[in-house]
Amino acid sequence: MIQFLLNRELRSESALDPNLTVLRYLREHLRRTGTKEGCNSGDCGACTVVVGELVAEDGRERLRYRSLNACLTFVAALHGKQLLVVEDLEQRGRLHAVQQAVVDRHASQCGFCTPGVVMSLFALQKNADGPNRERACEALAGNLCRCTGYRPILAAAEQACGAPEPDQFDAAEAETVAALKAIVRGGTELAGNDRRCLLPASVDELATLYTAYPEARLLAGGTDLALEVTQQHRALPLTIHLGGIEELKRLTPGSEAIEIGAATPLADCQAALAAEYPDFGALLKRFASLQIRNQGTLGGNIGNASPIGDTPPLLIALGARLLLRKGETSRTLALEDFFLDYKVTALESGEFIEKILVPRARLGQAFRAYKLSKRLDDDISAVCAAFNLLIEDGRVREARIAFGGMAAIPRRATACERALLGQPFEAAVIERACTALAGDFDPLGDFRASREYRLLAAQNLLRKAFLELHAPALPTRVTDHV
Amino acid sequence: MSELISHSQEELAALFRAELLTGVGRSVRHESAAKHASGEALYIDDRLEFPNQLHVYARLSERAHARIVRIDSAPCYAVPGVAIVITSADVPGKLDIGPVFPGDPLLADGNVQYLGQPVLAVAADSLDNARRAALAAIVEYEDLEPVLTVDEALRRRQFVLDSHSQRRGDAAAALAEAPHRLAGNLRIGGQEHFYLETQIASVLPTEDGGMLVHSSTQHPSEVQKLVAAVLGVPLNKVEVDMRRMGGGFGGKETQAAAPACLCAVIARLTGRPTKMRLPRNEDMRITGKRHPFQVEYEVGFDDDGRLHGVHIQLAANCGYSPDLSGAIVDRAMFHADNAYYLGDALVEGHRCKTNLASNTAFRGFGGPQGMLAIEEIMDAIARHLGKDPLAVRKLNYYGKTERNLTHYHQTVEHNLLEEMTAELEASCEYAARREEIRTFNARSPVLKKGLALTPVKFGISFTSSFLNQAGALVHVYTDGSIHLNHGGTEMGQGLNTKVAQVVAEVFQVDVSRIQISPANTGKVPNTSPTAASSGADLNGKAAKEAAQTIRQRLVEFAARHWQVSAEDVQFKNGQVRIRDRYLSFEELVRAAYVGQVSLSSTGFYRTPKIYYDRTQARGRPFYYYAFGMACAQVLVDTLTGEYRLLRADILHDVGASLNPAIDIGQVEGGFVQGMGWLTCEELVWDDKGRLLTAGPASYKIPTVADVPADLRVKLLENRRNPEDTVFHSKAVGEPPFMLGISVWCAIKDAVASLADYRLQPAIDAPATPERVLWGVEQMKRLQQPQGAVHEYAGEST
Repeated sequence: MIQFLLNRELRSESALDPNLTVLRYLREHLRRTGTKEGCNSGDCGACTVVVGELVAEDGRERLRYRSLNACLTFVAALHGKQLLVVEDLEQRGRLHAVQQAVVDRHASQCGFCTPGVVMSLFALQKNADGPNRERACEALAGNLCRCTGYRPILAAAEQACGAPEPDQFDAAEAETVAALKAIVRGGTELAGNDRRCLLPASVDELATLYTAYPEARLLAGGTDLALEVTQQHRALPLTIHLGGIEELKRLTPGSEAIEIGAATPLADCQAALAAEYPDFGALLKRFASLQIRNQGTLGGNIGNASPIGDTPPLLIALGARLLLRKGETSRTLALEDFFLDYKVTALESGEFIEKILVPRARLGQAFRAYKLSKRLDDDISAVCAAFNLLIEDGRVREARIAFGGMAAIPRRATACERALLGQPFEAAVIERACTALAGDFDPLGDFRASREYRLLAAQNLLRKAFLELHAPALPTRVTDHV
Repeated sequence: MSELISHSQEELAALFRAELLTGVGRSVRHESAAKHASGEALYIDDRLEFPNQLHVYARLSERAHARIVRIDSAPCYAVPGVAIVITSADVPGKLDIGPVFPGDPLLADGNVQYLGQPVLAVAADSLDNARRAALAAIVEYEDLEPVLTVDEALRRRQFVLDSHSQRRGDAAAALAEAPHRLAGNLRIGGQEHFYLETQIASVLPTEDGGMLVHSSTQHPSEVQKLVAAVLGVPLNKVEVDMRRMGGGFGGKETQAAAPACLCAVIARLTGRPTKMRLPRNEDMRITGKRHPFQVEYEVGFDDDGRLHGVHIQLAANCGYSPDLSGAIVDRAMFHADNAYYLGDALVEGHRCKTNLASNTAFRGFGGPQGMLAIEEIMDAIARHLGKDPLAVRKLNYYGKTERNLTHYHQTVEHNLLEEMTAELEASCEYAARREEIRTFNARSPVLKKGLALTPVKFGISFTSSFLNQAGALVHVYTDGSIHLNHGGTEMGQGLNTKVAQVVAEVFQVDVSRIQISPANTGKVPNTSPTAASSGADLNGKAAKEAAQTIRQRLVEFAARHWQVSAEDVQFKNGQVRIRDRYLSFEELVRAAYVGQVSLSSTGFYRTPKIYYDRTQARGRPFYYYAFGMACAQVLVDTLTGEYRLLRADILHDVGASLNPAIDIGQVEGGFVQGMGWLTCEELVWDDKGRLLTAGPASYKIPTVADVPADLRVKLLENRRNPEDTVFHSKAVGEPPFMLGISVWCAIKDAVASLADYRLQPAIDAPATPERVLWGVEQMKRLQQPQGAVHEYAGEST
């Protein structure tokens, strides 16, 4: 049985199909049709809802609100959380401040994206300290609007975040916290329609379950897994939901490496990685929409083993390692050895990623990462490149260079690295490394980019990294202009 | 409003002196704004379902061109909940739902003509079951050779409709004699509408063999006609109701009909209420898009860059059937001049038939493609002569008293091009920024800035002149509340709000008194589509007529009743002054009712002055022109082809605005949509005719970060439409879309800087980062034939 708050009402569901998304649950089971389906694939944001969850802060528990795509969220993920949808915001016939801002600023035209926009703005208002264009753009990057051209929506964000008055959710916070704390975590499951979802509460419990059911699919954020159900119409008969395992969501900055629990949402990785490697932070801001980053996890992005996942090239270049767990045993593995072939990994049956270990930055280390796509936000990379260089006395002492989108797996450009190692860090050497890079990869052409573009752009990104390190004052990135 | 509050004469007089705050010209909020924000606004899929509701899923063709050898639908019935499976043979009436010309079978008839064409449809108790069943059907094909490109269609001279040309003077002679001559070509991509609400219809069988149809359509009367046709019943058996669409943009002008017709056929055969909502990927595969175009041109001009003659060939990829391609390519031809006097001109239009979905109306309706062609030519001339592109544009603008005849022989009247350009050029500091950009580019080896100011002149009216008509229905109830219905449809553009403001203005009452009702074929019949930017022009006028008829009756009644002259009866801000007596509007209405006065009226409008003789390609197809200007500044990465729009300045002409907030919303939304068409939105098909970009994961429309932080949008002030349009406003739906061309030209300007602005980069539309990078490489090659392309990377250190 799963339990969650639908606004302030406690719902206990024991017989739902675990393949049911929150969107369908809302629209078809509860007949709450304010939340819209625009694409059913997590790309348009029309179905954006907000989930409140308990977080410990300064020794006390409080609520944190986050936007999610209801179409990518299975109902089991609501366990122990509060679900807020657009109909919940109006109170006693009065619009909520974010709704009123949308009305005042003429920010709706056809209105179909508006409920999702409202919920993204609501989460922004709850998390923002004042109006800020950059944060508003980040909060709204996953909300497509085809009518307005967005300017009035940004104006609404500014109005809503200006000086928010406490609302009914603030007033009820203590009560909501208490209600959520009363929900028992762990050891539960949701079963219906001949499908099961297991919800362990600890890593040990997960290890036991996964050993017993190695055929189960691990459901972390589910932002990719859900597409198998909603787009490919395949059933997931048995899933193990990782969202209830607090240990898997911990981020510990150790002296050698930052240890990141595999089920840590990408949104929670951003600050720590940005502090260490600014380009990692910049890339994560363009890693899908905020709704996806709130839900999708770092371990999921790795375990998914997509050739175009955006964190693996960066992590490979940084020399990240994985802590893998199977039953009682653990092992560590360099991330670059994890990917074997297209969608094939080194994971054994019943084995899972427990932690990602990202080395801390060292003095003299230069890290540059780039993502090329047709659209700035919420797009899949044509090429993703990461350069991790150690340059001493004008020579390249260490070079770890990795690419995504260039092969069946994210991997290092070893010939390119060799062409740089020990050489003076200068233009002629970079040109030789570019030539070597052309031998490292034989990319495909597809609707995102041609083979020729991928090759030339990959070489040009090395040239760009060189320029940025060599002449730091030179403007080199259009992505700085948002 | 329901109770009559009595006010003193002094109070009523004070109200009478005050201004009405919600009449025309005011930024009244969208009538549904609060409902949009609260989630209460109902779209068709939100309507309560019936206990015996059926859901429809169509099985789509897996081949671009094939003969259907066999369809076995028996396996479908093994899936639980399946009510019926239909193929073309099951359609009781007419199979063809072509809107103007035949060619669109509701379900494939004998052969399939594109990959994604509906072959059969299954109705079941849930969409999941309908889908499973549809996929279980066995369909066998015998492949035929598909034609997938404009090149191939042109080679085979395979057209959906005959080619057509417009001419003035002798283009060949002018080209031969011109001091300079250039030839070139351009490929222009299509565009997916990406209305957020996918195509949907919900149909309820009624008595007498009728159907109540809820359809998300821009053209309820056509859905009514086609539903009646596929059922084989008269039009009066079918009622189409349309409250709101979750976006349309032209995509729901003709292509909303198929789901409604499929539902109607199934509802007829089963007697059950039936709904069909297209999942996003199916919507993108089944329905047509903006036409991709291929342009070939020759242009002759003098040393100043003034056009002597042009020959422009526009070839559209229409897909497998005519749909609206006749009028769309005509409009592309009508706009191949944009703002410029072409000299001796020959404009030819070809409507190529390919095995793709049938391309259809999309905001601008061919106009954007025609305009992009001439803007490319303007840039090419400027690069050839080493002039600033804006100088060449201004030199070629239509004159006010001469050089003002279009290539279709309409005189350009009330031309605002020069004064608007002057205003925007000054306010956006074009000259200073041009200099600033040259300086920046000289010092910046990787990033280059580009600037472009481009005009828009867009012809307003349906070019099929008979469509320029509209009806409305207004009732005034005895409590003074007003019911308004008109033939237009609300797709987000604020039409209902504007028409309500018009009625509010006529009666001088607050818009809150006016209840807009869904477009309904039972209330206003024989309507034209809400398209061609005409919604407010036509329906606003019709509603105004209806309201004025009732107001005139009220005036005549009051004059009779209170023994005054008609001039003594005045309406203002909810009050009526009858010589020196003041009444509230509802008091007058109540008195008129008791006086047995009809308080209901229809209104009708047809656009005056327009005519067009297509055989001669001469006439006045447009009642007037709307003008706009945009200046875009971009930053391009010459290593990757990525770019950002840094700033956009827009000045747009809407005549006397009916609602400035709504009009600015149309301008901004149109601009961003136009920019998307020319930048990040790319449609890609494989060599089998399969659309590879059939969902938002692969097809990218602009997001919030693509809108420049510095966006300055202004409506042209104090310029009433000199023509007698509704309160002298101008249409605003489509014209701003083409402001987005400035962004495309600015990107090319930045790339051209690499060759000192002497070469026009060959960057087709959309200018994806990849195409931009190839443009950069082209500039480097042409500039430094034997030098290393990447030399500067080392030089800059």
